[in-house]
Amino acid sequence: MRPHDILMPVAAGLCCKPGGFYIDPVRAVDRAIITHGHSDHARPGHGAVLATQETLDLMRLRYGDNFAGTTQAVAYGETVRLGDVAVTFHPAGHVLGSAQIAVTHGSTRIVASGDYKDVRDPTCAPFEVVPCDVFITEATFGLPVFRHGDAAAEVKKLLASVALFPERAHLVGAYSLGKAQRVIALIREAGYDAPIYLHGAMDKITSYYQSRGIALGELRPVKGMKKADLAGTVTLAPPSATSDLWTRRFPDPVTAFASGWMRVRARARQRGVELPLVISDHADWDGLTRTIATTGAGEIWVTHGQEDALVHWCGTQGLTARPLALVGYGDEDGEEDAPAPSGEEAGA
Amino acid sequence: MNRFAELLDRLAYEPGRNNKLRLITAYFRETPDPDRGYALAALTGALSFKHAKAGLIRDLIAARTDPTLFALSYDYVGDLSETVALMWPSAPMRERHNNPPPPTLTDVVTTLRMLGKTELPAQLARWLDQLDETGRWALLKLVTGAMRIGVSARLAKTAAAALGDKDAHDVELIWPGLAPPYLDLFAWLEGRAEKPVNRDPAPFRPVMLAHAIEDADFATLNATDFAAEWKWDGIRVQAVSGRGEHDSVVTRLYSRTGEDVTKSFPDLMPSLRFPGAIDGELLVVRDGRVQSFNVLQQRLNRKAVTPKLMKEFPIHLRAYDLLSDGDNDLRELPFKERRERLKAFIAALDDPRIDLSPEVPFASWGELKAARADPASAGAGADAEAVEGVMLKRRDSPYLPGRPQGPWWKWKRDPHIIDAVLMYAQRGHGKRSSYYSDYTFGVWTAINGEEQLVPVGKAYFGFTDEELLQIDRFVRRNTTETFGPVRHVVHEPDQGLVLEIAFEGLQRSARHKSGVAMRFPRISRLRWDKPPREADRLETLERMLKSETASIADS
Ligand SMILES: [Zn+2]
Repeated sequence: MRPHDILMPVAAGLCCKPGGFYIDPVRAVDRAIITHGHSDHARPGHGAVLATQETLDLMRLRYGDNFAGTTQAVAYGETVRLGDVAVTFHPAGHVLGSAQIAVTHGSTRIVASGDYKDVRDPTCAPFEVVPCDVFITEATFGLPVFRHGDAAAEVKKLLASVALFPERAHLVGAYSLGKAQRVIALIREAGYDAPIYLHGAMDKITSYYQSRGIALGELRPVKGMKKADLAGTVTLAPPSATSDLWTRRFPDPVTAFASGWMRVRARARQRGVELPLVISDHADWDGLTRTIATTGAGEIWVTHGQEDALVHWCGTQGLTARPLALVGYGDEDGEEDAPAPSGEEAGA
Repeated sequence: MNRFAELLDRLAYEPGRNNKLRLITAYFRETPDPDRGYALAALTGALSFKHAKAGLIRDLIAARTDPTLFALSYDYVGDLSETVALMWPSAPMRERHNNPPPPTLTDVVTTLRMLGKTELPAQLARWLDQLDETGRWALLKLVTGAMRIGVSARLAKTAAAALGDKDAHDVELIWPGLAPPYLDLFAWLEGRAEKPVNRDPAPFRPVMLAHAIEDADFATLNATDFAAEWKWDGIRVQAVSGRGEHDSVVTRLYSRTGEDVTKSFPDLMPSLRFPGAIDGELLVVRDGRVQSFNVLQQRLNRKAVTPKLMKEFPIHLRAYDLLSDGDNDLRELPFKERRERLKAFIAALDDPRIDLSPEVPFASWGELKAARADPASAGAGADAEAVEGVMLKRRDSPYLPGRPQGPWWKWKRDPHIIDAVLMYAQRGHGKRSSYYSDYTFGVWTAINGEEQLVPVGKAYFGFTDEELLQIDRFVRRNTTETFGPVRHVVHEPDQGLVLEIAFEGLQRSARHKSGVAMRFPRISRLRWDKPPREADRLETLERMLKSETASIADS
C-alpha cells in the first residue's frame, strides 16, 4: 500500500481509510484521533475520540462532559490496533498531553506530528523522534527568519522590565492552553516568587496543569484587585484581552506578548505590543529542519503554515516533499482566544 | 553591543516618552564607559563613519543562504536588515566555543572609523557571526545609518541628564563642546568631576517661547506689567557671534531648535561683527519693506544659495532680544534691561541688515487690541502684512528656556490658524495619484498623563506643487508603518513635520476622536523650522470652540 492510501487529506482532515479514523478532523466524524487540546485540532462532536488522558481532560474542560460519544485514553508508547493499522502515541513536546500519532501499515510507518517543538518545556513531556517513512510536519514557523532562541532569556527580559518599572503593571498575553503555563513555569525558574495574577479565562486550564503535578507557585485571580495594588505585578491574559478595554484596570500597563510571531517586528507592532517575548510552542525553522532530518523519513508532507519554504528546503536536501492542502488549522496565537468556559464572567 | 541592541529593541516598541527616558537612563546607569558614551553618540546622531550600502548586506547574505529561502523570507519580513539579522546562519556550537566574545559597541564604532572599504564585508560578517538576532539587527541598522527608533537627540540628552538629576538644558548648554564617548560629561553627571566647560565661542542658547493668550487671560494680567511688539511672520533664529582662537570672529546662525543654519545665510553673517547673541526673526526685506512669508519661503526652498538668490531675496534680521553681550550672559536680567542693551547693541552695529523690532505702545488692553486689529496704523505701516500678531513680554521677565507659563504671550491676529503635526498620509486621486497628498494631522493632548497626538482633521490642499513634492518626499522617507494605502509618518515630539492649518471654523463632533471637527481645513504653510513638540494642543482648539460658540450666541 502506498503512503497516501494509508493517510489521505480530505475536506474533514487527515483520513486513515484502512484504520477507519481521522486525525484532528475539522468536521464531526465517527472516529477521531486527537493530537492535542488546542481548539483547531480538538473539536467537539465526534463519535469516538482517542487521545491522551490529558487531551481528553482538556477537551472536557473546554467543551463539557458530552464533547464526544465515547472516549479512549491512550498512553505514550501504547499501541492501539484499528482496522488494518497499528497506531502509537508519542510525546510531541507542544503542550500538556500533546502527541504525535504513528500509523503503521505493513512495513510502512507514517508519523502525523500535529503541532510540536523539540526544545525544553517544563510543563510537558519532551518531544520524541519517531523514525518513519513519511513524516507529516507542521510549518507554522516554516521560514528561516523564525529562530526562537532561548525562552529563559525572554523571561529575563520581562523580569528586568518589571524591576525597571515597579509602578506599572506587566500584562503578558499568552495563549490559555500551554503557553500561559509554560511562561509561568519559566518565570518561577527565573527565581520570581511573588504571586502571579491570572485572567479569568485561564483559571480552569491552569488549575488543571497544577492538578497534574506541574508546579506554578502562587497564582491569584486578577478579578477584584484594586488598580493600585497591581503596580509591579505580572498578569497573564489571553492575547485578545490585552488589547481591549479590560486593560484599563491596570496601572499604566506594559503589554507583553509571548509568541513565536514576536520575532518579526512588523507582527509585534501590528498588535501594539510594547514588550514582545519570543516564546513559542511550535518548532522554529532550525527545529523543523533538524527534526525532519532525524526522523530518517524520505518523504515529507507539510501542513499548515509556511509550506513553500519548507517544501523547497526538503528538495535541496534530496527529500520528496509536498504540501498537504489541509484547511482549518491555524496557530493558536494568531487567532482570538477561545471563549471563556461557561460559568465564568464573559470578558473577565 | 548586545546590551545596546536590547535597548534599541525595547525603545522601538515603547510609545511613551517618559518610559523611553527611563529605559535610556537605566542603560546609561548600567553600562560602563566608553560604551554608554558611544550609545549616546549613536542616539544623538553624533557618530561619523562611512555607512554600508544595502548591496553589501545583500551580497553577504547571498553568499550564505539559499536564494529562494531568502526571497521568501525578505518578502515576509519586509525589511532587509531585519531579514538578514534573523536568517543569518548561526555558527555551530563547537565553533562558537572558540569564538571571541561578541563585540562591544565601542569595538564596533572605533573599528568602523578606521576600517578601509575593502575590509568592511569580512569584518561585518565576523560580527554577525558573533552576535545574536537582536544584536545583528542593531548592528545592521547602525552600519547602514537607518536607526529610526523614535528617539530624538533631545530625548537622549534628557536621559543622560537624568543620570545626575540635571536638566536637559544644562547638557544642551555644554553639548557643542563635547565629543564621543563623553567621558567628561558622564563623570560630571555622576558627581565625579567638575562640569565640562563649553569652549564653543558661539554656542546656541535654548530659546524662550510664548503661550497663546486667551480672552480669559487678560482679566488676570496687568497691562502696565507688559511690553508689546509685533510678532513678525518669518523664521525665528538666534544669531551668535564670538571670539575664537587668535581673536578670530566666529559667527553662527541657529534655528529655534539649535540647528546650525549658518550655511544657508552667508549674506547675513558678515553683519554680526560684535560678540553677542541676538534672538530675532529672519525676514526678507526689499527696498525697506518686509516681504510676506511666502517670499521668504521661496528663498528657503532653494538648496543652492547663489549670488542671484541672495540678491533677489535679501535677508534681514529683526532683533527681539539680546542674550549675551560680549562675554556677559544677559539672560538673568529683566526684559526691560535686556531691551536697553539690545537697543545700544543694534545702534552700535549700525547695519542695514539688522534692526530692532519696534515696540507697540499701549496703555490698556483695549488699545493693544486695536493695534493688533490694524497694525498698519499702529506703527507697522507698509510692513503690516508681515505682522502675524503681537507678542506680550513681562518687563521683569528673565530669558528662560522652553515655554514657561506667564512671562511671554503671543496674541495672533487670525484665530483660525493652528500648528498641527502630520500623522498619516495617503495617495491622492487623479493626477495626484502618484503622490502622498491627503494628510491627517493631529495636535497634542495628555492621555493618561502621557503627551500624545490626537488626529483632528484631514487636509488635501492649500499647498503649492513644489510643497507637495517636498511633503511627498518627507512622507516616503519617514514612513514608520504602512497599512494598505495609508502611511504612518513619524510624529514624535522631536521628529516630524509641523503643518500650519488654516480653517473656517470649528464644530463639536462625536465622530472624531478629538471631539472637534474643522470646517474647510487647508495647509497654509509648512513649518520645517518648528519641532512637533511646539505644535498646538487640543485644549487650544477647545477654547477656540468655546469662544466660537459664544460669539455665535452673541451675534
Ligand atoms: Zn497547537
